[in-house]
Amino acid sequence: MQNFEWPYPVEWDKEETITADVLVLGGGIAGCMAAISAARKGQNVVLVEKGATKMSGAGGSGCDHWESAATNPCSKITPEILTNAMLDDNNGYNNGISHYIECREGYDRLLDIEKMGGKIRDTDDEFKGAAFRDEKSKLMFAYDYESKITLRIWGTTFKPAMFNELKKLGVKIFDRIMVTSLLTEGGRQGNRCVGATGIHTRTGKFLIFRGKASIMCMSRPARIWMFSSDHTGLCEFRPTQCIGDGHAMGWIAGAEFAMMEKSVRTEFSAAGRSYPPYGTGNNHNTWYGASIIDSTGKEIPYADRDGNILDSVEKRFLPVKGQPFFLKGGSVDNPKYVYEGPETLPFSDMIEKGYKLPFYADLSCLPEMERKVIWGMMIGEEGKTRVPIYENYKNAGFDPEKHVLQCYGTGWTSASFLPQERQLFGLPGGFLNNWELKTNIEGLYVAGDSLYASNCYGHAAATGYYAGRHASKYSSRANVVQFSREQVDTEKKRIYTLLQNNPETAIGWKELNMSIAKTMQTYCGDIKYDDLLNTGLLCLQEYEKKVVPNTYAYNPHELIRLLEVFDILTVSQIILHSCIARKTSSKSLCFNRGDGPRSEAGNDKRLITVKQVNNKVVIDEIPLDFFGDLKENYKKYNKDYIGGN
Amino acid sequence: MPVSKPILFNAEICTGCNICADICQVDIFIPNPEKGKPPVVLYPGECWYCGCCVMVCPSEGAITLHHPLMNQVNWIAKSELQTPV
Ligand SMILES: Cc1cc2nc3c(=O)[nH]c(=O)nc-3n(C[C@H](O)[C@H](O)[C@H](O)COP(=O)(O)OP(=O)(O)OC[C@H]3O[C@@H](n4cnc5c(N)ncnc54)[C@H](O)[C@@H]3O)c2cc1C
Repeated sequence: MQNFEWPYPVEWDKEETITADVLVLGGGIAGCMAAISAARKGQNVVLVEKGATKMSGAGGSGCDHWESAATNPCSKITPEILTNAMLDDNNGYNNGISHYIECREGYDRLLDIEKMGGKIRDTDDEFKGAAFRDEKSKLMFAYDYESKITLRIWGTTFKPAMFNELKKLGVKIFDRIMVTSLLTEGGRQGNRCVGATGIHTRTGKFLIFRGKASIMCMSRPARIWMFSSDHTGLCEFRPTQCIGDGHAMGWIAGAEFAMMEKSVRTEFSAAGRSYPPYGTGNNHNTWYGASIIDSTGKEIPYADRDGNILDSVEKRFLPVKGQPFFLKGGSVDNPKYVYEGPETLPFSDMIEKGYKLPFYADLSCLPEMERKVIWGMMIGEEGKTRVPIYENYKNAGFDPEKHVLQCYGTGWTSASFLPQERQLFGLPGGFLNNWELKTNIEGLYVAGDSLYASNCYGHAAATGYYAGRHASKYSSRANVVQFSREQVDTEKKRIYTLLQNNPETAIGWKELNMSIAKTMQTYCGDIKYDDLLNTGLLCLQEYEKKVVPNTYAYNPHELIRLLEVFDILTVSQIILHSCIARKTSSKSLCFNRGDGPRSEAGNDKRLITVKQVNNKVVIDEIPLDFFGDLKENYKKYNKDYIGGN
Repeated sequence: MPVSKPILFNAEICTGCNICADICQVDIFIPNPEKGKPPVVLYPGECWYCGCCVMVCPSEGAITLHHPLMNQVNWIAKSELQTPV
């Protein structure tokens, strides 16, 4: 890289201050919808994004299905029933508030996005007459064609449409700015959030954002256990730059977190070891309903939850008799019997029965509409698939009517991982929220995958919009508070001092990230022991004290990558503290202890929360259902919205 | 040599407009020091393989994205599967 001169002006010494009513931190799905909502409430909105808002975030390149749109005109399931099912399926370890918002307002957001220019229905009548299409509304459904809660959508059109709407509404967008810290009143941990700091990812310029209310929308942590220095961008499922900055700065500001002890064995698209998501033979998610065959062309049967073999493709999309709906999608791993839908017979059974590896996904034998909707619409619209999968495979000659696509590993995950290779996937921990989607810090709201037990596009859009509404309500009553100059100067020192280190001897971001990942695999693997967790914590604290001050970056881009790894270091410590706090194993949290009772006693079934007060870690616990009655509380907090605002 | 080359430019078609460089959320490109030439992929290892750079390119064929060799997957004509004897 040293062969190229840095093409942008380097502005380490410049500073700029920007003032807003509502400050949105992160311009992905939640952030864009939060900014749109606040701007519609008449607020002066500033949106700060590390990449380029038009297509950044996990959903920037596309999205093929929108889950839990319980209020769409065809849905047969109420938001209450659906949210309670999501809670029950996770034994209560789920975010009742945010998922109720998703179920209740998700469809409103879809209609909104349609007005902005996104495509949510089959207006071209491409799929006329298909079993998954409602002829009147032209909406198209996925997975369970009976309950109709999940929609197939043309997600590549969404983010650019939101971007245009932001511009139309006059939201001030600051692209290529990494938010680095939250500013609190008087510079004190736990005080009201009065803004944030950031640095330009190309010039290194320092920015101070002042806001009456701030909304955290930076998604969730990654690269804690999994790292590849050669393919950093393929370390995890989510975008390279989404590694949990928000969690780290929230922790330092005194925000409270829940479920941070939860991690799962790596499943998907990690460290470059798995094959491209949605680009291999499988029958999940985008590919749900595809036929799977073995190497001799013999089909692996689909069965219902009782093991009865299904005799038609149509039945793959229907609940069994007497079952009102089944659950499938990004946040559903091993559903309980009540919610279980059709699946191909287990891999191990097929091997026993002499089916020959490798297996393949076979679309050729599906009804035409089912084939076309998977290979075409869904593969064309899903994130990371339009170009590298759909177009490239097509150009290389893949024909879904003729060819079968190989499966890798033993199932849909397309790779096999070791127990200590973990990630925050599915419904991991995050910021704790109340019914206003506010954190414990005054003036700080949170939406999307930053929230604890959160996942999915519709959830991010719905919670983003909701947080925007509530933050606006706060902001219109509050005043701008002056930030603490001392806090800003401390942050500048943290960021820029290391540039004076000697590059010959200092450590770079990759070496530090690799060391954190190895430490976490060693001390915080599948089975947890207090002694090891504490040793791991000491090791990370040493990194913080001795290694962090001795790092170096050649240019603003590398500085951003380095600051991200500092945040990974902070998040790893939140995880260790949370693991130490949970004394018994918990199946729902994929949390195994080697030195405590194997299963939860009744009174352990609580959310463990962690935060810092005066830089000391404070552990607390709250009931799993702390949010109370869903419908009643939603009504109480959203009178204006229900009134049609 | 980089470990893999996610992005290749066709210098004859590319006009060096840098629209791809400006959409990349990971910011793996820098503009070419020579105006009108394709951007430089300065940080290929950080590529997330989302394809947005190709999606926004106004000059068809100027830019292609490919998964690294280790991630190339296999398909086969169904008629060529070995049915048991
Ligand atoms: C390949 C793929 C396919 C998916 N398909 C589906 C699907 O079909 N259906 C579905 O429901 N869900 C899907 N998901 C999940 C869905 O996209 C996410 O749940 C959703 O995007 C979360 O929204 P968010 O706003 O919380 O995070 P994101 O949309 O990821 O946005 C976070 C934003 O924060 C920015 N950011 C991070 N750190 C900083 C910082 N320090 N400063 C400034 N900005 C920062 C990032 O650049 C990013 O733009 C998919 C995810 C992936 C990766």
